[in-house]
Amino acid sequence: MNDVLMQSVGILGGLGLLSSIFLFVISKAFYVYEDPKIALVEDILPTANCGGCGSPGCSAFAEKLVKTDDISDLFCPVGGNETMQEIAKLLGKEIKEKPPMLAVVRCQGYCDVRPHTTKYEGPISCAIESMIYSGETDCQYGCLGNGDCVDACLFDAIYMDETDIPVVISDKCTACNACVEACPRDIIELRPKNKKDLKIFVSCVNHDVAGAARKSCQNACIACGKCVEVCPKEAITITDNLAYIDPVYCTLCRKCVDVCPTNAIVETNFPVKKVKA
Amino acid sequence: MLQTFPLGGIHPPENKLTKDKPIEKMPIPKTVYVPVAQHIGIPSEIVVNKKDVVITGQLIAKASGKISAHIHSPVSGKVTKIDKIVDHSGYKQQCIVIKTDIKATEEAQINTDKLRTEIKLSPKEILERIHECGIVGLGGATFPSEVKLHVNADNPVDTLIVNGVECEPYLTADHALMLAKSKEILVGIQILIKALGVDNVIIGIENNKPNAIELFEKLTKNNDNIKVASLKVKYPQGGEKQLIKAVLNREVPKGGLPNQVGVVVHNVGTVFAIYEAVQYNKPLMERVVTLTGKNLINASNFWVKIGTPVKDLLEASGGIPEDTEKIINGGPMMGKALKNTDIPVIKGTSGILLMPDVESHRPEVQACIRCGGCVSVCPMGLEPYLLMSLIERSRIENAIDNDLMTCIECGSCSYICPAHRPLLDFIRFGKKLHNQNKAS
Repeated sequence: MNDVLMQSVGILGGLGLLSSIFLFVISKAFYVYEDPKIALVEDILPTANCGGCGSPGCSAFAEKLVKTDDISDLFCPVGGNETMQEIAKLLGKEIKEKPPMLAVVRCQGYCDVRPHTTKYEGPISCAIESMIYSGETDCQYGCLGNGDCVDACLFDAIYMDETDIPVVISDKCTACNACVEACPRDIIELRPKNKKDLKIFVSCVNHDVAGAARKSCQNACIACGKCVEVCPKEAITITDNLAYIDPVYCTLCRKCVDVCPTNAIVETNFPVKKVKA
Repeated sequence: MLQTFPLGGIHPPENKLTKDKPIEKMPIPKTVYVPVAQHIGIPSEIVVNKKDVVITGQLIAKASGKISAHIHSPVSGKVTKIDKIVDHSGYKQQCIVIKTDIKATEEAQINTDKLRTEIKLSPKEILERIHECGIVGLGGATFPSEVKLHVNADNPVDTLIVNGVECEPYLTADHALMLAKSKEILVGIQILIKALGVDNVIIGIENNKPNAIELFEKLTKNNDNIKVASLKVKYPQGGEKQLIKAVLNREVPKGGLPNQVGVVVHNVGTVFAIYEAVQYNKPLMERVVTLTGKNLINASNFWVKIGTPVKDLLEASGGIPEDTEKIINGGPMMGKALKNTDIPVIKGTSGILLMPDVESHRPEVQACIRCGGCVSVCPMGLEPYLLMSLIERSRIENAIDNDLMTCIECGSCSYICPAHRPLLDFIRFGKKLHNQNKAS
């Protein structure tokens, strides 16, 4: 009886010992050195794996941060400046601060202002619809409303409103650029986030001439130039029949919003203006 | 046993409503809209200005680049504007708008009714003439014809196949042309024989056009070089690769061109256009268009000037029937719905099809039941269900490994799918993504 017990303990113990020696030798022979800093940096990163930094995931980005000497061009949009500063402190490298950004949807083609002239019954995907034709309305630049941007967002920061135009939830948006890349029409743009989430931007991407643009959508920019005249900082330019407000020069004075005849320039989160008596 | 291609294929209802109709002349349109992107390749370069007076057949846009074609004014009149209008692609494209001077246009018509059999030009001159006259493949692909005819020493050509198959349901433009202009087409074949230096010609015609087969057999009785092949009715018999396999049992290599197996294929419409170009120096300004639809009052085949808006065509054939839901440029299998009726007829428009409401909607998409229907009908031997699911997951590289780029976009898979899955839409999307990746 005792013999059997000792035998089995001996065999199993011996096997275990042999295997552990074998594994030890293998692990020494095939050892790959990994900088311990990579793991530390990865712990600081938000581990959202969104790809907003340009690397395929947080771990790849951590490796890139440790291995590159000059990291001033690298940035984690989800973590923002705080995370980057922490990493810089750990690695002893210089970083450049970047203003926080926010995705902005530049289309106001709601059903009542942009008449539908055709019907689309194909696959529910903006990319495929835009490959097949210019969309259900006569505007060949505006939102198609199939929600490719919503599918692309990993942070639930975009939803489609009841008229099938996407809406960005500013608090959740991390400016990872996924929706910008998903949109086949380049409607979504990343703009600097201002205090109190104040925004002024041209909410239209229609490059048609005034008549055609207005006919396809009442909210379209008709490139009349009134906003350019009124802007005190020369922040607005018109290229190819479309106005654009450069966020670097814009001081949020709201003068352009008042003069825009088609409501293509949008202001959000501003206090209601006092009506002069 | 009738000849056909061995792999896949479908047999949709033929619906050749206009097969007994002769070709009618369309009245000259008041305004023509000539897009510059009418062919495969680089869009032509506009050489006229606003307010210029143009005459019929004048060059208005010249070929830019190697694969491109000249475009000529189909009418005499005045260029009123050069603008962007919605064309068959569904997007706004550069377009020359010409207001017609009807009297001058009538006077400038080139009468090609008299048969000219003597071919005076040399092979080189023939190629030049085809290029100058802006001839492109009229079967629908609109590939510049002159490029196809350049024979190089690496790939000697021994056979010319004339494609009179017309496998698309509804369309009868080629059929009507074969009946009306058979002698001219045979002279056109002689021109191509001279240009290519081949001695073997096969005219492929599907078996649902017995009168055309009979006519060509009678006319080529004394000519040993030209054979008429009667083909089984099966879609896509008219596809270049399928036709070569059917009549010669040669297989075009993957991603290759017909000249690699010693064949050049031309559509009968193209052959007739080449006849007119070489014998009468007439540029490609008009073509046969089948205007059809189950509820259309006067469905028929028409000689239509390039640039005629579709609405002019519909007016001439009794207006749009009430329950029309979709107007398709081309046939029901490979055609594309038009965005509005202002879109002009272009060089590649072989038919305008009006679909009633009950037939034009897509049924609800369901999950794939793995029946393998798409695999069994694919004439290229692909696995469409696999390609679709790979493309849905953005795995384009894997789809390429599964021969995505050899798809001829015939639409047989989408037609047969019992779950109504949009297979072709995704395959086209995958091809587009691949081309974009390659370009960048």
